[in-house]
Amino acid sequence: MKVVINADACTGQGRCFGIAPELFDFDDLGNGVVKGDGTVTPELVEKARLAEANCPEHAISIEE
Amino acid sequence: MSHTKPLVEDFATDFDHADPQWVNNPYPIWEDLRTRCPVAHTDRYGGAWFPATHELVSRVAKDTENFTSRSVVMSNLRPTDEDLPAPIGIAPPITSDPPFHAIARRLVLPAFSPGVVNALEPQIRALCNSLLDDMGDAAVVNGGTQFAQYIPVGVIQQMLGFPLEDIEMFLQIVIDVLDSIDSTAEDRQATGDKNRAYFEKQIQDHIDNPRDDFTTYLLNAEIAGTKLELDHVIGTILLTLVAGIDTTWSAISSSLWHLAQNPDDLARLVNEPELIDVAVEEFLRFYAPVTMARLVAKDHDFNGCPMKKDDWVLLGFPAANRDPEVFEDADKFIIDRRENRHVAFGLGIHRCAGSNLARLELKVAIQEFIKRYPTFTLENPSEVTFSPGQVRGARNLPIRVK
Ligand code: HEM
Repeated sequence: MKVVINADACTGQGRCFGIAPELFDFDDLGNGVVKGDGTVTPELVEKARLAEANCPEHAISIEE
Repeated sequence: MSHTKPLVEDFATDFDHADPQWVNNPYPIWEDLRTRCPVAHTDRYGGAWFPATHELVSRVAKDTENFTSRSVVMSNLRPTDEDLPAPIGIAPPITSDPPFHAIARRLVLPAFSPGVVNALEPQIRALCNSLLDDMGDAAVVNGGTQFAQYIPVGVIQQMLGFPLEDIEMFLQIVIDVLDSIDSTAEDRQATGDKNRAYFEKQIQDHIDNPRDDFTTYLLNAEIAGTKLELDHVIGTILLTLVAGIDTTWSAISSSLWHLAQNPDDLARLVNEPELIDVAVEEFLRFYAPVTMARLVAKDHDFNGCPMKKDDWVLLGFPAANRDPEVFEDADKFIIDRRENRHVAFGLGIHRCAGSNLARLELKVAIQEFIKRYPTFTLENPSEVTFSPGQVRGARNLPIRVK
């Protein structure tokens, strides 16, 4: 399982790196970026789903 | 002032966000409009529309072709093309449209990035505690006028590097711009000129004595190798004051208003401090303080409504946050709501540049207030007032703390 950010949709709402700092970081402009290759380890599945479910811009997706 | 205007009888055809009913409790009005319209209209302010659903609010926010941000505060003063320093707008980036918007926004974002903002936490905590200390051991305190309002103004004054003793004046500037929507065009112009003179003086002081603050940052900033025009610098300073102060103040005071009336939520926050982050998002959803405005850029049909160039559109992010199509139990405050795609900070290219700062201030303010006062109640509910206009929050907020 992997998390992906659609950079065209992301506006830097900041929810993903607030909820799941293990999976997401921010760049100099405050936009969200995926850490590493976005692989979600089992203990982070719940956080990944919450990050997806809280993004106001629908910019996050989860690839199984 | 508003009492000279006729009271609204039907918000679907004659809405007014300065009407006492809307100011005191807009939520039932929006719910009614969502089912009946969902786009309300009014001839007031020279003609305006109000989409009440999440879907339509999103559509307006993301459609910068049909809706311009030239003016984002709906009033009787409708700027003509000549009034505006094109392409900058009055207060870039909030009043800028593409393509200039991206340039103006890129310029300010680094100053508000989470990395920069998080470093302010100790300073914000200290500010909250000094305000709490100032209240002494009074049994009744004012959560609005003694606490909430001074947090963002203190933060912004330090950010801009403006004199501490001018804090009361900053608050007045904010009130002039946002709360006095019913004042005449001439009055608004006169206040605008007075504020400009003040900013020019502060800018001159920063040119003479550069220092490590946001004003100096703007004076040094360049677009394609050229320093910003004075209008751009002044506009962005004005925006920081107006966008940063009574928005956050409103969010803090409405949150305290909620906790003062909901002892179960207060007890949970006190006993389960780890809830603060989700609670902050629910405060932002439920009491979203900021409604924006757009001007219609060209005649077009919007969801069956014949919109005409220069009609206003009131952009109700707070209404979108109560849409049951998007939020389960939308009209219920759920302090541990885990799924909360709220749009309190807007949507699309104008997403609140200060959102990281606003969240931090709201979180720290609530944490410090409930640490000092683990139980409190509203002292006199009928004395609580809410601000009129596009930034809504509790203003006078007497709270019994013991
Ligand atoms: C709880 C507090 C706040 C709320 C609810 C809020 C809300 C908003 C909203 C809804 C917008 C979108 C405007 C639009 O679509 O036209 C916005 C824009 C903006 N806000 Fe905030 N705001 C808050 C605090 C702050 C703070 C503390 C600052 C800075 C010190 C700030 C700076 C800005 C700026 C610069 C923009 C314009 C961004 C652009 O146009 O690209 N805001 N805010």
